[in-house]
Amino acid sequence: MSKSKVSLVGFFKSPLLRYLAIRFLLILPTVFILVSMVFFVMRAIGDPITAALGGRLTPDELHKRIHAAGYDRPVWVQYLEFLGQVARLDFGRTLTTNQSIGEVFATYGMATLELSVYAIIIALLVGIPLGMIAARNRDTVKDASARLFAILAYATPVFFVGLLLKLIFGVAIPILPIAGRASVSDELLLQTVPNASGFFLIDALRTGDAGLILDVLSHAVLPALALGLLTAGIFLRLVRTNMIGTLSMDYVDAARSRGVSEYRLTRKHAYKPALIPVITVIGMQIAVLLSGAVLTETTFEWKGLGFQLSSFLNARDFVAVQGIVALLAVIVAVTNFIVDVIAALIDPRIKF
Amino acid sequence: MRGLKKLFTTGLIGSARRSRGVQRFMLITGLVLTAAFLLLAALAPILAPYGFAQLQDSHGYFGSQQPPSSAHLLGTTVGGMDVLSRVLWGSQTALLVIVFAVAMSIFAGVILGLLSGYFGGWLDRILVVVADAVFAFPSLLLAIALSIVISGGRSGLFSGILATASSITVVYIPQYFRVVRAETLRTKNEAFVESAKVLGASHTRIMFRHIFRNATRTLPLIMTLNASEAILTLAGLGFLGFGIDPTMGAEWGYDLNRSVADVSAGIWWTSVFPGVAIVLVVLGITLVGESLNDLADPRLRNRRAANLDELEVAQGGDSA
Amino acid sequence: MTSKPGEQVLSIENLQVAFATDAGTVNAVNGVSLEVRAGEVLAVVGESGSGKSVTARSVLRLLPSTAVTRGAIYLAGRDVLKLDREQLRQARGRDAAMVFQEPSLALNPVYTVGWQIIEGLRAHTPKGQRFDAKAARAKAIEILGKVGIPEPEVRIDYYPHQFSGGQKQRVVIACALVLEPKLILADEPTTALDVTVQAEILDLLRTARELTGAAIVLITHNMGVVADMADRVAVMYQGQLVEQAEVHELFANPKQQYTKRLLAAVPRIGQSAKPAFTADASVPPTVRAENLEVVYPGRFGRPGFKAVAGVNFEIHAGEVVGLVGESGSGKTTIGRAMVGLAKATGGSMKVLGFDVVGAKARQFKAVADQVGFVFQDPASSFNPLLTVGEAIAEPMLVHKVQASVAAARADIEALLAAVQLPVEYFDRYPHELSGGQRQRASLARALALKPKLVIADEPTSALDVSVQAKVLELFAKLQREFGFACLFITHDLAVVDQIAHRVLVMHRGELVEQGETRDVLTNPQQQYTKRLVQSSPIADPTLQRAKAAARH
Repeated sequence: MSKSKVSLVGFFKSPLLRYLAIRFLLILPTVFILVSMVFFVMRAIGDPITAALGGRLTPDELHKRIHAAGYDRPVWVQYLEFLGQVARLDFGRTLTTNQSIGEVFATYGMATLELSVYAIIIALLVGIPLGMIAARNRDTVKDASARLFAILAYATPVFFVGLLLKLIFGVAIPILPIAGRASVSDELLLQTVPNASGFFLIDALRTGDAGLILDVLSHAVLPALALGLLTAGIFLRLVRTNMIGTLSMDYVDAARSRGVSEYRLTRKHAYKPALIPVITVIGMQIAVLLSGAVLTETTFEWKGLGFQLSSFLNARDFVAVQGIVALLAVIVAVTNFIVDVIAALIDPRIKF
Repeated sequence: MRGLKKLFTTGLIGSARRSRGVQRFMLITGLVLTAAFLLLAALAPILAPYGFAQLQDSHGYFGSQQPPSSAHLLGTTVGGMDVLSRVLWGSQTALLVIVFAVAMSIFAGVILGLLSGYFGGWLDRILVVVADAVFAFPSLLLAIALSIVISGGRSGLFSGILATASSITVVYIPQYFRVVRAETLRTKNEAFVESAKVLGASHTRIMFRHIFRNATRTLPLIMTLNASEAILTLAGLGFLGFGIDPTMGAEWGYDLNRSVADVSAGIWWTSVFPGVAIVLVVLGITLVGESLNDLADPRLRNRRAANLDELEVAQGGDSA
Repeated sequence: MTSKPGEQVLSIENLQVAFATDAGTVNAVNGVSLEVRAGEVLAVVGESGSGKSVTARSVLRLLPSTAVTRGAIYLAGRDVLKLDREQLRQARGRDAAMVFQEPSLALNPVYTVGWQIIEGLRAHTPKGQRFDAKAARAKAIEILGKVGIPEPEVRIDYYPHQFSGGQKQRVVIACALVLEPKLILADEPTTALDVTVQAEILDLLRTARELTGAAIVLITHNMGVVADMADRVAVMYQGQLVEQAEVHELFANPKQQYTKRLLAAVPRIGQSAKPAFTADASVPPTVRAENLEVVYPGRFGRPGFKAVAGVNFEIHAGEVVGLVGESGSGKTTIGRAMVGLAKATGGSMKVLGFDVVGAKARQFKAVADQVGFVFQDPASSFNPLLTVGEAIAEPMLVHKVQASVAAARADIEALLAAVQLPVEYFDRYPHELSGGQRQRASLARALALKPKLVIADEPTSALDVSVQAKVLELFAKLQREFGFACLFITHDLAVVDQIAHRVLVMHRGELVEQGETRDVLTNPQQQYTKRLVQSSPIADPTLQRAKAAARH
């Protein structure tokens, strides 16, 4: 098979390396397409300066600003310039706050990451075990309830879940904070932590202050639940279907015929093949999660990228929107690459 | 269309007959909810006590954030509109968006998927990369960007519906594309398609007589997914303030956006009713889709255990 | 754990199994009683749907939850149907182990083969005794060596996909043997394998029986395998046990009508009486391949796969040429290259004067109306949404011989009659037809334009033997009536013997031998052909055993 010395790719002796290289190169067209799409969609609106400041400046001043920013040049010149910037990982500066997109990410990125991490943890903790229970107890009350939960979790928009959680735990039984990432005083305190990461829980843990940790955690509960349950439903359905599929495979019957216990059949034989696709889906959920994060952050005033994006949108600051969305595209593409590689490493069946 | 009608009659009714237990319950609940939604959308002008943007009647202004009462069964919004009327009219908006979005994305997705899967080559590779890129991207962000482009962010009923539907379309074309392409690739290698090739049938004949209907059998299922996602995206857009202007049409997401502040004050009726409306419609459509999926997949279909006694009775006759 | 010879290891009493289906309850096994003694091989034969597999699986209660079972199955003296969960678990693998049809599906792809062998040992560690992982591994290596896996100490850590099909079946057998069962239930253990591999696996099972003294229940539809392996034979038909006898007795003196029919349907080499064929030298050959080469392109710059290399042959007008070989030999590729389904890349192959090498898909239309093709899989060879009539009308409509399905009706009804299908089938959908009926319809479609050449790609290998016999008979009759030249692709030497004037033997992309069918099959010249002929089991226990003995 490996008489490929003459061929171009024969250089990669290891098929795994070859797969990694090819998969890595696939990031480029993906990012290119998304970034281009973002650019042209945003430009279709017109020049960003008129959109953002149209009412507030005289036509003359507006014209000067447009000229200074180069928006009166041909679109393809701007496009090439934008591509060049993206290639240097420069995503531009916001119009309204005059920050670089990098700064916006540095300030708010951690908040979104923190929320997403909580949400994924909740989704995995809820979705995978419930999916397995549902599959093992097919067509029983347990299965039906798990499925109904999954469908409801999917059918309820995150922001409505958010509003309901707020109504229940913030108003009816007021035990949890319903907005922000921490109480105002604690938030100030967290900013004084040396080398603050912006990941509030980590920073709070580093101070070792129990009250602070509790405050940060209690603020995270509702938004993390709202966002996590959405994804939990998706995981539950996937795990259930995959488990039912693998449990009906011949090799499960073969193992059963050798006296392997039913417990072990589900735990060992069906578990691993059923969970490998879940890893791939976690990668795909990044997109869903980011959409959800925009809505969740808006609902809970969680000052992260989504919240920020939504306020830039309302301020019609399309340069900021373009930059944030383009950088998100890069992040999504890279995350998907990493997830695919992990899935490939775990699955011995994948031959390269 | 004959095929589509057949798909639905044999598909849905046949499915209902074959289903049992939990699955039958799911399917029937889904069908009932979906039917109720369609009915309400059609009859909204008759059923709604007030117009969707009506602020006053002969008795004067409705008043803002009024709790449920006999005049306003579900209370009034912060903007002083009747919640019940807006919920009812909202079903019409939702239905229109679904119809436009599903119709447009099916059309484009199916054609592209069929061509791409059948011919392969460079067109296929490019389309696959583009579809994967769009698919991997947060759909809501894309929909927002498109709705700004199409309507400047806020607009009248029809242009708003079209803008929303178009942005949903762009986001969901890749889904249809992927499914139809995969099915086309599978069908393309079936012996009956090869047989047509050996006969010397033209590409058009092979694609439309042999592949098209076989590759689109799972469409009802994707349509249900697409429809529910369309509603959720519409609501998401509305919630972020990029939907339909409240004076032009009722939209549940917008009403939820306006109720965020109410919630902290304990005013629940402005958010719960439009929210529940979304949940019920999506639930109904998803239940139909899930059941169709289960029934189509023999591994997932639930069957009762055999009954030997019944068999022995039946055998009594022919055991000669 | 071995039992004394003659001791009863399995006794099935009045077994009944029914399944719930969409169409209501279906009876799969109806009142079967069987007995197996230590050290013997009982072959259970029957066609699809006879209930033979269900019977075997019910011994270990491996039926789906939709099944209901009645009767009694005594395994090692206990009724399996009355065992509780834990007792049943312990009995599985120890009292009886199973070997499955499809070795690639019977092994979990994400665990190493060693892990899967050891798992069985772990499951059968007696209560209270510590599981000795080291000893288990040693045992697994030993058993892998015994079933003929080279370098077992290395290969034990390989994943299933790193083994060939035959080796996978050896691993599956190792999984069973390592538990030292008293009974091995082998459910079509060689059906998915090539004939030369089949012979090796059957040898392995024989050795296993000699070494361990285990009894074997061999489920199969192949009478050659029965003749090779069985001590006793049980014939099943439609869920019932039709006849049970010692193997020589059954083949020599079948008592029941069904058994007689079944045995008569089995194709045997040297049995057919087809008229001799002499090519008409004045007519150019229908197909002439010279130095034909088919290379499938490689992906990502890797070198391509040479499926067919340097093949020369001719098919004359009116001649039936059999093309035999094992999977991967390139035989199907040649047939597909003739009609453009595979791209011929080198040499030349003239089909009715048209050179297919380098031809574009469009250009094939020139000869398409003179070539018919019959596909292997009756399940997928018809568009499920067209009626049989519409499907058979396709060639006429494509080549504008007829304007519409309605106009073609008379012609199609004549074709249906020719392939011995009732004319009412015109309006039936393919799923309403049985496999054999679909292959007849497929023949009708191939013959719709009265072609000069028919390519039949394993047209009967998905069919039951009795159905196969009828379809082959029909095929031969139509060939005589229509007089078309034919390339008949098959892996079954007996089928070739029955139908082909001449035979081509393919091995790894090369044509190793060709000649008059009778000559090649009775007096093969090449090493590979000899091995192929040697490995093909004959449905006669006396002859087959003499042959098997000669092989060793």
